[in-house]
Amino acid sequence: MAKSTSGLSRKRMHEMYRTMLRIRRFEETADDMYMAGKVVGGVHVSIGQEACSAGVCAALREDDAVLTTHRGHGHSIAKGTRLPEMLAELMGKVTGLCRSKGGSMHIADVSKGHYGAHSIVGANMPMAAGIGLAYQLEGKDRVAVVFFGDGASNNGAFHEAMNLCAIWKLPVVFFCENNQYAVSVPAEYSTSVDDISVRSKGYDAPGLTVDGMDVAAVYEASREAVAHARRGLGPSLVEAKTYRFFGHSRGDPHYGMYRTKEEWEGWKAKDPLIVCEKMLKMTAKDKKAHADAVEAEIREAIEFAESSPEPEESVALEDIFA
Amino acid sequence: MPELTYVEALNQALHEEMARDEKVFLMGEDVAFDYFGVCSGLADRFGRDRVRDTPICELGFTGAGVGAAMAGYRPIVDLRFMDFTTYALDPIVNQAAKLRYMLGGQLSVPMVARIPSGAGLQYGATHGQSLEAWFMQVPGLKVLYPSCAPDAKGLLKAAVRDDNPVMFIEHRLLYAQKTKQDVPEGDHTTPIGVADVKRAGADATIVGIGYQMGHCLEAAEALAGEGIECEVIDPRSLSPLDVETITASVRKTSRCVIVEEGHLRSGVGAEISAAIQEAVFEYLDAPIGRVAALMAPIPVQTKLEKFVLPSTEKVIAAVRKTLGVAA
Ligand SMILES: Cc1ncc(C[n+]2csc(CCOP(=O)(O)OP(=O)(O)O)c2C)c(N)n1
Ligand SMILES: [Mg+2]
Repeated sequence: MAKSTSGLSRKRMHEMYRTMLRIRRFEETADDMYMAGKVVGGVHVSIGQEACSAGVCAALREDDAVLTTHRGHGHSIAKGTRLPEMLAELMGKVTGLCRSKGGSMHIADVSKGHYGAHSIVGANMPMAAGIGLAYQLEGKDRVAVVFFGDGASNNGAFHEAMNLCAIWKLPVVFFCENNQYAVSVPAEYSTSVDDISVRSKGYDAPGLTVDGMDVAAVYEASREAVAHARRGLGPSLVEAKTYRFFGHSRGDPHYGMYRTKEEWEGWKAKDPLIVCEKMLKMTAKDKKAHADAVEAEIREAIEFAESSPEPEESVALEDIFA
Repeated sequence: MPELTYVEALNQALHEEMARDEKVFLMGEDVAFDYFGVCSGLADRFGRDRVRDTPICELGFTGAGVGAAMAGYRPIVDLRFMDFTTYALDPIVNQAAKLRYMLGGQLSVPMVARIPSGAGLQYGATHGQSLEAWFMQVPGLKVLYPSCAPDAKGLLKAAVRDDNPVMFIEHRLLYAQKTKQDVPEGDHTTPIGVADVKRAGADATIVGIGYQMGHCLEAAEALAGEGIECEVIDPRSLSPLDVETITASVRKTSRCVIVEEGHLRSGVGAEISAAIQEAVFEYLDAPIGRVAALMAPIPVQTKLEKFVLPSTEKVIAAVRKTLGVAA
């Protein structure tokens, strides 16, 4: 498993730390709001997996694309999605990114190159191939990254999309967050290989497994995969070994049903924020500076979302064309 | 008779059928873990070979279900959300539905697809659809949709015993219901293709599909308070459809409203309405009313979702309209 080589600038590391903290605090807030009955619909948080979002998106340009899944708040935030409008979407407000019609599972911010959270497992991968195809046809050196889980790597859509990208040399990075479980089903049981990245071999594409709790390692692997795509050499498959600290969705406990407490504690000790703090030898003052800035942003998002109105019923019939 | 919830009734049917016939097995995502209670105790009792977790591969495991059925087993595949059947449409529509006919009767496909459906939980456009009308379009598929605990048990047992593919539709809000109903014990099955009159009345017929039966019965109760007596019919089986029971009622009432959760256009109501006018046109005193989801994807936002979906109020309004009475 690839570890970071720590050749990164402190500035870059601090930026990625900030992104991870923004994700962590946003999702903790979303969870609090959910518990308070203020969030509409299903919410799947990625707490524990923030290094994946932050590391990948740090390797992207603004005009690159991401597509994500039901567990997509982190990718959205790392790609630049606006927090207030995102929280408003979760809370069913008309000022939300999708005018309250998509919810957490369908967050998108197309103006930021975020082509959507797609909650049908696997659905985002063929679309990523299509976005890559458009970029190739345009002759631009833009790249699309598609995030998905270990579970999704067992879906035919993954294999069909990988093959299409490989034969057409499409600029797509397949980024698999192997958090070890698809709801209750362990990857160890459901997946034919130990390292999902070896599946790239079947498509004659590069594959790499990285430590998904180490943001620097994720960044370095992503930078390479993105550069490969940008040079017109086709897709790569990067697998990050990671873990969700929360249950699959709300109502699913952190451990005790299909995950043991020991396993959970083992991964908690590798919290990507703490790993990063250690790498940067952060002082209390450093941490406070990050925390203060993030808290201000979260407060602003809450104020915006809370004070936004609910939609009129007519919103339900907007954007209907057939 | 024991009193059971909808979930308990389904669970009991699965226990009984798996115990009765060792060729019956269940597969799908998280079936061993059992998220919704329907599969409770099955993995412990029958083992992981017969209660088989699958990867997330609806095409793969539904296709494998068809294959196992071709080779003599009686698989039940659990598709978890009706929205996910889109991935499994090839094995369902092109294979399961066609094989017996296409192979000149050499084999049949005794597979049950359990399909939890429906909105009302703010899961949005990709996790709340009611696509039962799609399946009614396909010759070679039986389509069942129980609205209550006794029918859930009796129809699921009948589905497992049927030698042909059955789409067995459930609703997530029925899972959430805590009300218990009398459910016959033991070898009770509900015949496929027979509608049930859930409430008798002479002024108007309401045909309610699946979960919407609850709204229909509430509407009938409210209207009875105004002296309007509705006959409420649950087809239970959408394919084959018991047209006789429905038309017998319309002969009596001369007015009919059909209520479903799927979208209005080309929906279950369109088919039933056509069947009624073909059979008893001269008995109708008013156009047949249809209450269905508006022609919009299901939005997440609670108020918008409510606006798009059928409700008791919408059923009452439709019945009043067909009777020509003001609120
Ligand atoms: C086609 C399809 N099948 C099943 C589901 C239900 N479902 C939602 S999330 C999930 C697990 C996904 O696992 P994984 O890809 O590992 O992502 P994770 O939840 O671990 O982030 C499942 C089975 C779905 N949304 N879409
Ligand atoms: Mg997973």
